[in-house]
Amino acid sequence: MQDGLKLGVLAFIATFAAIGANFAHDVAYQVHALIILAISIGMFVWVLRGIGGAKPAPETGYMDGVVRYGVVATALWGVVGFLAGVYIAFQLAFPALNLGLEWTTFGRLRPLHTSAVIFAFGGNALLATSFYVVQRTSAARLWGGDLAWFVFWGYQLFIVLAATGYVLGATQSKEYAEPEWYVDIWLTIVWVAYLAVFLGTIMRRKEPHIYVANWFYLAFIVTIAMLHIVNNLSLPVSVFGSKSVQVFAGVQDALTQWWYGHNAVGFFLTAGFLGMMYYFVPKQAGRPVYSYKLSIIHFWAVIFLYIWAGPHHLHYTALPDWAQTLGMVFSIMLWMPSWGGMINGLMTLQGAWDKLRTDPVLRMMVTAVGFYGMATFEGPVMSIKAVNSLSHYTDWTIGHVHSGALGWNGMITFGALYFLVPRLWNREALYSLRAVSWHFWLATVGIVLYASSMWVTGIMEGLMWREVDSQGFLVNAFADTVAAKFPMYVVRGLGGVLYLTGAMIMCWNLWMTVARGEAKRAAPAAAAIPAE
Amino acid sequence: MSDHKEIDQATGTDTTGHEWDGIKELNTPLPRWWLWTFYGTVIWAFAYMVAYPAWPMLTEATAGVLGYSSRGEVAEEIDRFRAMNAPLDEGIVNAELTEIAAHPELGPYAINGGAAVFRTYCAQCHGSGAAGAKGYPNLLDDDWLWGGDIEAIHTTIAHGIRNEQDPDARFSEMPAFDDQLSDEEIAAVVQHVLSLSGAEHDAAAATAGAEVFADNCAACHGDGGEGNIDLGAPTLSDAIWLYGGSPETIEETVRYSRAGVMPPWTGRLTEAQIRQVAVYVHGLGGGE
Repeated sequence: MQDGLKLGVLAFIATFAAIGANFAHDVAYQVHALIILAISIGMFVWVLRGIGGAKPAPETGYMDGVVRYGVVATALWGVVGFLAGVYIAFQLAFPALNLGLEWTTFGRLRPLHTSAVIFAFGGNALLATSFYVVQRTSAARLWGGDLAWFVFWGYQLFIVLAATGYVLGATQSKEYAEPEWYVDIWLTIVWVAYLAVFLGTIMRRKEPHIYVANWFYLAFIVTIAMLHIVNNLSLPVSVFGSKSVQVFAGVQDALTQWWYGHNAVGFFLTAGFLGMMYYFVPKQAGRPVYSYKLSIIHFWAVIFLYIWAGPHHLHYTALPDWAQTLGMVFSIMLWMPSWGGMINGLMTLQGAWDKLRTDPVLRMMVTAVGFYGMATFEGPVMSIKAVNSLSHYTDWTIGHVHSGALGWNGMITFGALYFLVPRLWNREALYSLRAVSWHFWLATVGIVLYASSMWVTGIMEGLMWREVDSQGFLVNAFADTVAAKFPMYVVRGLGGVLYLTGAMIMCWNLWMTVARGEAKRAAPAAAAIPAE
Repeated sequence: MSDHKEIDQATGTDTTGHEWDGIKELNTPLPRWWLWTFYGTVIWAFAYMVAYPAWPMLTEATAGVLGYSSRGEVAEEIDRFRAMNAPLDEGIVNAELTEIAAHPELGPYAINGGAAVFRTYCAQCHGSGAAGAKGYPNLLDDDWLWGGDIEAIHTTIAHGIRNEQDPDARFSEMPAFDDQLSDEEIAAVVQHVLSLSGAEHDAAAATAGAEVFADNCAACHGDGGEGNIDLGAPTLSDAIWLYGGSPETIEETVRYSRAGVMPPWTGRLTEAQIRQVAVYVHGLGGGE
């Protein structure tokens, strides 16, 4: 009966995808329809072959299969995203790398890079760790049965549709929200399922309180749903085409976009990753969280203040002055609440500082928290209008984003992966701690090269743009500022190469841990038996 | 899950008594410096909102006691330089175009201002060094499509070329010969055009192309390909090519024609700015 329903739905999807591929107005839509056609036919055959076979007994205990897949996806998408970043960094230094082909121009590969690192690498890291953490801290199996698998594979499909769409030219031109309408609808469905799994697990928890990591994960899931839906309100031009028209226009659209864009940073890359930090740092350090009070206060302060700070992306634009002021003051007030997370992360090491000498995984996590503190100080500084008039539109912004993304999001994710792989594959220890140290230093030096070269070019080009002579005439042509940045672009690209190399060493190390690592001797202690 | 408080050995602080998967929490109070800095930023934020435009009301936002506006700030700066340069700008508009460059005060000012105009509005096509690119003339040499004296340059900048916005734009239209000449005739005339500038060519074909050239091209480009600035017809007897001088590119030009466009700058730039940039371009090396 259930299989019959599945077959019916898959047949319907396959039929619609075939019609869509036939009547498609553009290449991206056609390719996407064919991808969906192939997947639905494949699943149809798979379900059909399974009919009548013995159903496996329902599993109990923690649902870790989906977490394992999430860990693999995080590592692989990470390398893809970093590689794309290195490539486009060198495109800016050596334009010949655009290859003269529409599919490989900077304009199309740049969203491929940003989405690959934020949504594919970061998103999978959040999915995998949230599923792991919410089970452990709730002492409950994931709610919803195979719904978690739907979330995982549905999210991968979103990534593939988004990435192929960019290369084939389907984009609604909103930064970090480039995918077109049908990809947005699909992500909405997946995201609601994600919320259901997460919330359902929290509701069946055996612990009396909800752990702080889960507050942050939940804030991230709920807020991203809201941001995603509002910022992507649009009308498709045709049901058989990828093009759509935004509901908002002009400065309203810009403000909506940066309300979304800034809070994608605030809730995806900050709140979600603070959830990771609040579980993995105390676990790796073997220490209690520094301050429960601080975690409550800074959680609510971050949640309340972050959502207003978006207008600082639109200083000195058509946005009214009053909105610019509010964006700026909320960003300044956000400084200490953001730092609350850093204090709680760093001070959790009280009584365990010596472990930094011997444990490169903990060193990685602590460095991540350090970069988090630096980026959340630099952010408020850059939101000050006087500073922003120099920094806006320059590479300083790119440097700021990357010290946050590479330093904080990347390093905390690497730390979490090093923590998770031995536990998920039941291994005694990581294959090589020396390799972790290499990864740590390559990544750190890479970030330093990246951030410092972007500070230099950013401040340089900001000064060159505003330079006027004694009669008020501009001194530099735009092309002069581009030419002046060349050496720093090469340095930035090299920083990226180091970071990418570190990530590849990590992939090798994790692979060897699973393939060659010694199996854990004692059976895992049944500390908390998940509720069923 | 133990719900009893204990004292953490390393710090001497109480725990809250909660525990999740082995993680406990200390009951450390909020760090004082953290709290006071947070209060400080909140107080500063309110002070800033009193001083600057901040609160949206029914029809407009509160203006702030400093009376600041970002548009006002820009306008003030622009007005300051405008007022400072007003006598010079007036001098430039009233002077004869030919006399500006040599004028002791107006000359350096015009070249300086013209260079700034050029960097902002012209460099995108003509290059920041004015050396041009394919389809965009080099302004450093003495090969001019529409004339290289200061008056001609001024007219070109003021009205542009082949645009639809300005009725006084310079206009010429080379026909596309794709369906007017046979393939053999086109091949021959291409060889003839190559021969005019002494480029490598097939002598027999060039001779055969001479008649095609005389019938179809010479009216504008001249019998020897010397060009005609009154019609904007490029000189074909020199080694300077706007779109390229290879046989393939010349064939493309003959078959499909070319029609580059330059926008009119009257209206977007002031007369003083147009005169400044005209003086600047004239002085780059090729001015007549």
